Amino acid sequence: MVKFDTIRETTREPARAPDLQTTSLPVKVQVERFSFYYGAVRVLHEITLSFPRNQVTALIGPSGCGKTTLLRAINRMNDLIPDTRAEGRILLDGENIYDPQVDVVRLRRRVGMVFQRSNPFPKTIFENVAYGLRVNGLVRNRRELQERVEESLRQAALWDEVKDRLHESALALSGGQQQRLCIARALAVRPEVLLLDEPASALDPIATEKIEELIAELKRHYTIIIVTHNMQQAARVSDYTAFLWMGHLVEFNQTEKLFTVPREKLTEDYLTGRFG
Amino acid sequence: MTVAPRTESPSASLIASRWEIFWERFREQVPIGLLALASSLIVAMLGIILGNIAWNGIGQLSWEFLTTAPRAGMTEGGIFPAIFGTVALVILMTIAAVPIGVATAVYLREFVPGSNLAYAWARARAARRWRERLIGFGHVVEILFARATRAAVNNLAGVPSIVFGLFGLGFFVQFIGGSIDRLFYGGELTYGQPAILWAALTLALLTLPVVIVSTDEALRAVPRELREASLALGATRWQTIWHIVLPEALPGILTGAILAVSRGAGEVAPVLFTGAAYFLPYLPSRLNDQFMELGYHVFILSTQSPDVEKTKPLLYGTVLVLLALTFALNAVGVLIRTRVRRRLRARS
Amino acid sequence: MREGRDAREERRRRWIDRWAHRVIFLLSLTAIVTIVLIFIFIFREALPILTDPEIQREASLRHFFHPMEGPDLASRYMWQPVALVPKYSLIPLILGTLKTTLVALGIAAPLAVAAALYTSEFAPSRIRELIKPAIELLAGIPSVVLGFFALIVLATWMHRLFGFETRLNAITAGTALALALIPIIYTVSEDALNAVPQSLREASLALGATRWQTATRVVLPAALPGVFASLVLGFGRAVGETMIVLMASGNAAITSWRFTDSVRTLAATIAAELGEVVFGSPHYHVLFFIGALLFVVTFAVNSAGVYIIHRVQRRLRGEV
Repeated sequence: MVKFDTIRETTREPARAPDLQTTSLPVKVQVERFSFYYGAVRVLHEITLSFPRNQVTALIGPSGCGKTTLLRAINRMNDLIPDTRAEGRILLDGENIYDPQVDVVRLRRRVGMVFQRSNPFPKTIFENVAYGLRVNGLVRNRRELQERVEESLRQAALWDEVKDRLHESALALSGGQQQRLCIARALAVRPEVLLLDEPASALDPIATEKIEELIAELKRHYTIIIVTHNMQQAARVSDYTAFLWMGHLVEFNQTEKLFTVPREKLTEDYLTGRFG
Repeated sequence: MTVAPRTESPSASLIASRWEIFWERFREQVPIGLLALASSLIVAMLGIILGNIAWNGIGQLSWEFLTTAPRAGMTEGGIFPAIFGTVALVILMTIAAVPIGVATAVYLREFVPGSNLAYAWARARAARRWRERLIGFGHVVEILFARATRAAVNNLAGVPSIVFGLFGLGFFVQFIGGSIDRLFYGGELTYGQPAILWAALTLALLTLPVVIVSTDEALRAVPRELREASLALGATRWQTIWHIVLPEALPGILTGAILAVSRGAGEVAPVLFTGAAYFLPYLPSRLNDQFMELGYHVFILSTQSPDVEKTKPLLYGTVLVLLALTFALNAVGVLIRTRVRRRLRARS
Repeated sequence: MREGRDAREERRRRWIDRWAHRVIFLLSLTAIVTIVLIFIFIFREALPILTDPEIQREASLRHFFHPMEGPDLASRYMWQPVALVPKYSLIPLILGTLKTTLVALGIAAPLAVAAALYTSEFAPSRIRELIKPAIELLAGIPSVVLGFFALIVLATWMHRLFGFETRLNAITAGTALALALIPIIYTVSEDALNAVPQSLREASLALGATRWQTATRVVLPAALPGVFASLVLGFGRAVGETMIVLMASGNAAITSWRFTDSVRTLAATIAAELGEVVFGSPHYHVLFFIGALLFVVTFAVNSAGVYIIHRVQRRLRGEV
């Protein structure tokens, strides 16, 4: 059993930041002493963490460690769960997203999200992608709409597969295609940050590979934060990795370093499969 | 894989101006407010109806009103025969509807072998020995029968109550009753006329879907592990149902029975021609007696009264008693359900 | 000795098991048998309309739907079964049924669907806990009580408010009927809305849609067939409802397009006239024919509604 005190010590230490500072990467999302409660239960303990711009950051840890809660905190999807409370700050380009004056709709437009299970709307493929553009009033006319839909589907590497059946139901697509459609749908509103919640957990290896290639491609334009319980996947796709354990941030580092020379015993135990 | 270059737009601030916040809230809240208004309108209508009836009816309630018969061409006196008749009717109805309803649900949930028709069919055709094959086709027939039963239950629930009344008259009163008279009473009119028995049976068929659906839900909620545990201990299927499944499903069955009773107590159309009487000087004591009923009494008082103003207080009183009866039944049902549930929880 | 008793016990258990199965099976035949018997016994009494020449002289399909000589609509289609020369046009009854149904659906559908959308998408849980029991309570009010309320209270209020020529008319009856439809439409619609997976709402919100946009552009369209089914089932109920219209519609079979005229519906006609009819007379068979008509219509409407609901459930589970 690991002592809580050591974790708390290391969490409070500013030791996580230097890696970013030494590589002098700009920070896109800054999490500052962020805590989250379900009722009286605290599920995130004063997390402090910076997500670098245009990089892929993976959140790993055993199930129930709070990685998904942290991810959903970044576009305030947790607001939908009754009886929850957040403390601390999360800054998006320096603005605190938990500021009472913040318009959640604007936040979510800038921080897109793809969920664990693909959840296309029971509409056509075209309408799925067009949805975000329509509700946010982002396009002026039909042609622009079509262009943006095509652009998004191309970005999600789905265009060639669906261009001839844009007006068929999205539910007729395969699981992997559905998930890429959900990515295209999120990309269409041109977010700055893309949150991926175990996007490949329900997919077969081939579809997973496609999604991973896509992530590598997308980071040129987006800041990507991905939750995964699959450590190999984290190692393959991410530049940075944060390891969470029971609501605490244990270690955050460049993926390469975290996987090869973990600083914390706990990280090493997890990576070598002693628990979790 | 081609990725189109993404045009970088300068990111807008997350903070909205006060005016923008106001406008967004307004655009969002006004339509939601309209929905809330519609909801409150429904609640208000209910409140007005119940309030009006309670307000005008409460003064009429007295020991005398509840325990005496109508007098003076139903412009005075009480409604005891109607209360008695309704209670007797509903008891008879329950005796018929609950066992049949529960049995149907038990059959559909516990005895039908699976629900996959294609699989059962394929298995039956693939069977080598004729005996297996016969059993296989038996399963197919059972699955088909179960489907037909579910469809029948659904449709039974949608048949208008007046059609049940017609059916009760044509089937129970004339066909069954008439046959009984011919066979046992030498054609003398005994059962071949409107009677409380026929009204109760008609109502039982009307409320059957309520019992079936509620029991079915309760059976579905019984965990499969319980059945398997019992069967694994060597219990027969029936022993499992009787000792394990039915006790577990009891709250749902009770709820169904009580909802059915509450529904049956208020129905008038099915008993119009099958047994309800305008006025009777005596209480029903045999199955082939006619009876007075609260709902029918309300109908008679409000449409056939020679002096509407004079009967109005009586009318309100009767409606209040009818409403109280149906609502009280509901309340009792919910109470029993919660108590049984608590006991089940405490046991587990 | 011991073994013998065990074997006997075993046989007894098997015997009980087998007979329980048989008895339960026999009892579970009731639902199907009832539907079949309803069909047989209603249609048996309705059939002479189509086959018996004696009856047909007075009442046949021709009499039901064909216009008579007359200066206006009302005199060409007449329902006067106890006149010296009985007239059996079903047109005024069908028209009356449609008028009350239309009014009832026109009032109940918007209110009930709005309330369903409100409770499933927006209402705080405390308000939801108020609305749902209220609607259950409304469903528990016997229709004769609603009819009474319409006749004694509502008709007077509406008469004063709108100044109708006749106190009891299609609008009054339809309004009372709406109270009976609201619980059905609400319950079925709310079920359909609740069946829409939470993940779709989350996906919409994550794209920057507001709650209103999510409700109207994602949830409602996904549940639309279910909402439609609720209206279909409501229609079936409205067509078959008897006591409310019997008491609140005025019961005059007038063929007209005006909603402020008194109306007589198909169901109310049976309730009002079967008590006094001569057994076996043309009038008697006509009433059973109307019953058969109601049975067929509600059977079809109900089957359609249930079918739609099942399809929606399958579709939302992803089995297209």
